[in-house]
Amino acid sequence: MSGLNIFQDLLVSAVAMGTPILFAALGEIITEKSGVQNLGIEGMMYIGAITAFLTGLALTAAGLPVLIAMILVVLLSAIAGAMIASLHAYVCLSLRANQIVSGLALAILGTGLSYYIGTVFITDPTAIISEKFTRFSFADGVTIPFVGEILRGFLNQDLLVYFSYVAVIVVWFFIYKTQKGLNLRAIGENPGAADAVGVNVKLSRYIYVMIGGAFAGIGGASLIISAASVGQWGQGMIAGRGWIAIALVIFARWNPKLVIWGAYLFGIAMALESRAQIYGWFDNIFILKMIPYIVTILVLLITFIFSKQKDIGEPESLAKPYDREER
Amino acid sequence: MKKLLWLGLALVVFAGVTLVGCNDTSSDDKFKVGVIYIGEPGDAGWTYAHDNGLKAAVEAIGEDKVELVIQQNVKEDQSSTQAMEALINQGAKAIFATSFGYMDYIEELAAKYPDVYFFHCSGYKTGENLSTYFGKIEQARYLTGIVAGNQTETNEIGYVAAMPIPEVVRGINGFTLGVRSVNPNATVKVIWTNTWYDPQVEKDAANALLKDGADVIAQHQDTAGPQIAAQDAGKWAIGYNSDMSLFAPGATLTSAIWNWEVYYEPAIRSAMDGTFATSSYFDGLDSGVVGIAPLNMELIKDAAAVKATVDEMSAKIHDGYNIFTGPIKDNTGKVVIPAGEEATVDEMLSMMYLVEGVIGTIPN
Repeated sequence: MSGLNIFQDLLVSAVAMGTPILFAALGEIITEKSGVQNLGIEGMMYIGAITAFLTGLALTAAGLPVLIAMILVVLLSAIAGAMIASLHAYVCLSLRANQIVSGLALAILGTGLSYYIGTVFITDPTAIISEKFTRFSFADGVTIPFVGEILRGFLNQDLLVYFSYVAVIVVWFFIYKTQKGLNLRAIGENPGAADAVGVNVKLSRYIYVMIGGAFAGIGGASLIISAASVGQWGQGMIAGRGWIAIALVIFARWNPKLVIWGAYLFGIAMALESRAQIYGWFDNIFILKMIPYIVTILVLLITFIFSKQKDIGEPESLAKPYDREER
Repeated sequence: MKKLLWLGLALVVFAGVTLVGCNDTSSDDKFKVGVIYIGEPGDAGWTYAHDNGLKAAVEAIGEDKVELVIQQNVKEDQSSTQAMEALINQGAKAIFATSFGYMDYIEELAAKYPDVYFFHCSGYKTGENLSTYFGKIEQARYLTGIVAGNQTETNEIGYVAAMPIPEVVRGINGFTLGVRSVNPNATVKVIWTNTWYDPQVEKDAANALLKDGADVIAQHQDTAGPQIAAQDAGKWAIGYNSDMSLFAPGATLTSAIWNWEVYYEPAIRSAMDGTFATSSYFDGLDSGVVGIAPLNMELIKDAAAVKATVDEMSAKIHDGYNIFTGPIKDNTGKVVIPAGEEATVDEMLSMMYLVEGVIGTIPN
């Protein structure tokens, strides 16, 4: 294969592998912007994945057209993610418990619950969803070198990946360009002030925690039903992607526009693991596996050292319970 | 009210945690066989193969005489001791542990419980009441290599490998020797994933190999990801653990499979009637503990001729031929097994070189 083809292949794979993390991190940005920290992404992704697997099997077996079945699967996984996130919302917002502890508990609970659901409901260990989202390409006609390859990298994907592009833009627009988004930022920075102008802090936070859970659920579902996935459920399949998503939120300084680059940086590092070995660039898998984490630390260090603006974008009231009475 | 809610929540969490760990209860008159799995049977891979073998053994002996008590997802650390002791406390008189990392814990327990028979898969420590067992899956891989070597048109075969340990290395070498026995021009390109179970990563590795020109994908993983990648690309695949044509019927030519019941049935019987004798079981095609799934005669080119070659070689190995018979060079050109010599069992169990024809290195 020529260099440009390898580059295009790497990019296609990087975008596909970065997408589950992108969804999860995008959801976490919304949640954290509202002032609630949810470290339970890993668990919520597991819930999304098992929901996607079971509903995917059922819906394709029921004879629905594949595309409609898959869209339903995404919706149901989002709902499942939101439901499990609402547990965190209840514990943190209504009971005002420690958000870090509750988040960690949610990660463990979601993982264990999905395993349990799996052992109860999956009777055939060889079950697999064979008809999933498929890739379709928009940029086949572009012949300009390099530009064409980059375009095909991003535009030779499945519907779920295209949806992630739209989601990033919509979330960014919502947070920074709408009144509701202003309220969202306000309750994360200064809930007292937001309360004073009539924003329902508790209700809003509930909603944003659940939206965050929905995105994490979609992220988990994409590991089952995207074109780059296998369509098989298995314990351990999320493999730490939920924790990477948490790191990405800090990396992206709580900004949806930046999180997309962070997610694809991870995607590139993951896609490099096999390609570096194939093309003889580098052959120590143990070091290759470390690259994403080294890159994250380096980028964080560099941005912290060289950034003139010392505000890294962390919401002022992140992880602080709000109580109107205690102001 | 709040306290009640907390209590309710705590109960739900507790129930979730305990229910995941436990299986059904059991009656007292049957012989109880305790098993600890590294994963769960639903992985359709390593644990699935063991689970099928144990179930078949129990069925053969009689479900009224023997029953399994199973702990899934047991980590390879101190918690495995607790898991095994829990099984013994439930009345298990024989313990099967199906992963290498349980070795030191099982050794301690074997000394502590002299009345219980222990069976450890893939380990090398034995004792009065502790046997080990494993199989020469590389012999089955050699046969699947014959199929792959005959099938490839690009003379490049991709191999998605998990961890650089002797068990995996032996499989790569056995497979490659099989490939080169029918097609000396073919090469086997190895990618390490450093994962046993990450379907997306393993599928992506296979995709990259296919893009590089590989047209047959073999694997040593616990997922069917590489098979699915080959099927999506319209190419061919060789499965592992169990018959993977269930996952990728359009690509899977055959699979190297485990038939653990061949070992489990006599092993359980020996524990039941007290005829147990310490052993280090390491059989291959001869006893049938390893084998290959039926060849896909529609996908394989010159299927009849290939089948004849595979059958012939299978019979030869069955009669005692060692696939690691010299002269064998490693892929740097160094002679590792001189002409006329065979690899000993110890050499096989510590094999850490890749034979000629493999493109790749063993990372350290």
